[in-house]
Amino acid sequence: MSTAATPAAQAPRPPLNWKAIDEDPRFQTLHSKKVTFLTSLMVFSLIYYFLLPIGAAYFTDLFKIKVYGVVNVGILFALSQFIVAWGIAFYYTAKAKKFDAMAAELVRDADKIGR
Amino acid sequence: MDKKRVLLIAAGALALPLIAMPALAQGAVADQWKWLTFLVFGAIIAVTMYVTFVAAKRVKTAADFYAAGGGVSGLQNGWAIAGDYLSAASFLGIAGLISLYGYDGFMYSVGWLVAYITVLLVIAEPCRNIGKYTLSDILAYRNDPKKARIVGAISTITVSTFYLTAQMVGAGVLIKTLIGIDYEVSVITVGVLMLAYVLFGGMVATTWVQIIKAVLLVCASILMVIMVWSQYGFFGDFLTNVVGDAKVQARVAALIGDKATNLSATQLGQIFLEPGLFLKVPLDQISLGMALVFGTAGMPHILMRFFTVPTAQAARTSVNWAMAIIGGFYVLTLFLGMGAAMKVGAPAIAGIDPGGNMANPLLAQALGGGPDSLGGNLFMAFVSAVAFATIVAVVAGLVLAAASAMAHDLYVGVIRKEHVTPQEQVKAARIATIFVGAMAIVIGISAKGQNVAHLVALAFAVASSANFPCVLLTLFWKRCNTGGIVLGMIVGTVAAIGLVMVSPNLTYPKAVKAAAQKVVDGAPARMAPITEALASGDAAKIAKAEKDKAAVDKAVAAAKANLEKFKGDDTSIMGLEKPLFELRNPGLISIPLGFLAVILGSLLYRDKRSEDMWDELYVRQTTGILAAKATAH
Repeated sequence: MSTAATPAAQAPRPPLNWKAIDEDPRFQTLHSKKVTFLTSLMVFSLIYYFLLPIGAAYFTDLFKIKVYGVVNVGILFALSQFIVAWGIAFYYTAKAKKFDAMAAELVRDADKIGR
Repeated sequence: MDKKRVLLIAAGALALPLIAMPALAQGAVADQWKWLTFLVFGAIIAVTMYVTFVAAKRVKTAADFYAAGGGVSGLQNGWAIAGDYLSAASFLGIAGLISLYGYDGFMYSVGWLVAYITVLLVIAEPCRNIGKYTLSDILAYRNDPKKARIVGAISTITVSTFYLTAQMVGAGVLIKTLIGIDYEVSVITVGVLMLAYVLFGGMVATTWVQIIKAVLLVCASILMVIMVWSQYGFFGDFLTNVVGDAKVQARVAALIGDKATNLSATQLGQIFLEPGLFLKVPLDQISLGMALVFGTAGMPHILMRFFTVPTAQAARTSVNWAMAIIGGFYVLTLFLGMGAAMKVGAPAIAGIDPGGNMANPLLAQALGGGPDSLGGNLFMAFVSAVAFATIVAVVAGLVLAAASAMAHDLYVGVIRKEHVTPQEQVKAARIATIFVGAMAIVIGISAKGQNVAHLVALAFAVASSANFPCVLLTLFWKRCNTGGIVLGMIVGTVAAIGLVMVSPNLTYPKAVKAAAQKVVDGAPARMAPITEALASGDAAKIAKAEKDKAAVDKAVAAAKANLEKFKGDDTSIMGLEKPLFELRNPGLISIPLGFLAVILGSLLYRDKRSEDMWDELYVRQTTGILAAKATAH
């Protein structure tokens, strides 16, 4: 039994050159694109969500404005949270497929990089 | 071990407390309809037992036991995540809050969905790519395995125990309120059932129990919402009906007190759709939001679900499905809660349970034809049974998480240093399961009558302040190392628990007694007009006065009981007369502290392994290289 901490050691082939893969320009592009994308999407989603408790507490009059019939800004904004959350998930999934394609190339060539 | 026989005996043992019912206390279900509830309960137990029986044959290795062999599909896992996450607090609690407080209850539900954005973006796929069975596996990947496993296991067990205790106590109270079974019997039944699922079927059975429960929960909710819509109309019409409803208007008037006098009936109804009826401390709301949004991603039982799928893509699909199901469910909850506010009314809901937990079952009863009809009671029995299945499924996931930390991290990883046979691994997992399950039952029974509301807040607080910073920075920050995660786990956990212990969540006898004394002192003044009405000779007035008198008597009796209970006791269990920290949710302070501790610990400590392993961890978590190999056994 090998240690659970390094499952890579269980692989029959020789260990990969991780440092070389890390330094591969294709990985560097994937990494920087992915981190930028994730950070900005995360920040956007956090800001959008926290506007709800902040708005309900400090902008109560705005939340009370009726848009049509009895439906007010507060109800619509709370419902929009669901739409936005689903939208973020949808957008992320579409974008992640592009990252998958970039990663697939690295997975395929992993054995050759740095040798 | 002859699993079939053991399983049958276990199932029989389970049925016993249900059949040999002790004296029935009063529950929401009327006595003559209890058989119907048990019938539906029995059917659900039978189906889940069959699933466990089939699953038991498939559980042979540790990978099967902890991660269902990595053979769960994205769609299945999405339903299982929803089943793991939508606890009784969601199904019953949030609908109850909406039925009693309107908009604020609905706002409260949003954070529970948004939490999954964090899970989707930064946790699910990286964890799937490098993890194996537990949260500690991720921490141990690049950090000192022994230290990482110890702190990871301790925090997993801490979080799971808090959550588990809240669920067990909730189960006992809930089942008693629903059908009047004794508290202890309810706790033991839930405990034994959950043990049967986890012990024999491991993650395979747990996954299927969670899927079945989630499907039932969603079906029950959709059915109820369709019935609500057919009566009150869809969105705009529905809300107009809410505003115009006399019961809703009366509820708002009761909540805002003197301010109601100058308002018209419609204005009162409109307030139900505006913020401010329930959540009075804005900072607490933001703090709770932080704990939810970061804590869900640090929940060991949620993290564990991502090791059951074969690839990062499947992990992504499962979060997408989970978000669709969980989000859809919370949108429906708006209509269930407000539907109950109109159809049942706040006094009837709060009369059975002040927290509003009975809103959904009572709504089902009313929709099905009322308290005396077969349809009403059948529907209520179904919804109650779904609530019961909900508790068992959530508890099973928690027990599995705690047991895996004990068996896989502490026993196999630290004590035996990975030198174990596959058979020993499964055996260790099963022994740990029995231990955790028994512990859950004992804690559940001994915590009877305790105020456990703070325990869920605590679980999320520790998960968001300790687990989340450690996992996130291990995955994404090059400088992060063993020193950081050890310090982060300690500071995050201590800060979260410490702040909750001095917060308003605990019971402060002095305040309770002061409030009780006020009720007792104010009783004569309240009784004066009632006595007058009783003597008036007007039948309608007398009927109302008698009702009021009963309410006053009840309040006085409760207040006197409190005065007696806390006699000679002035301080909380921490020895405080009043809270030191004013927020119920510590996240606002403890989450930044947790992050700070990981950063400081990492900068002050040097660990060659954490540095050397960075390239490997980072490449693997980003690309998924070797990910499939990690589960191949």
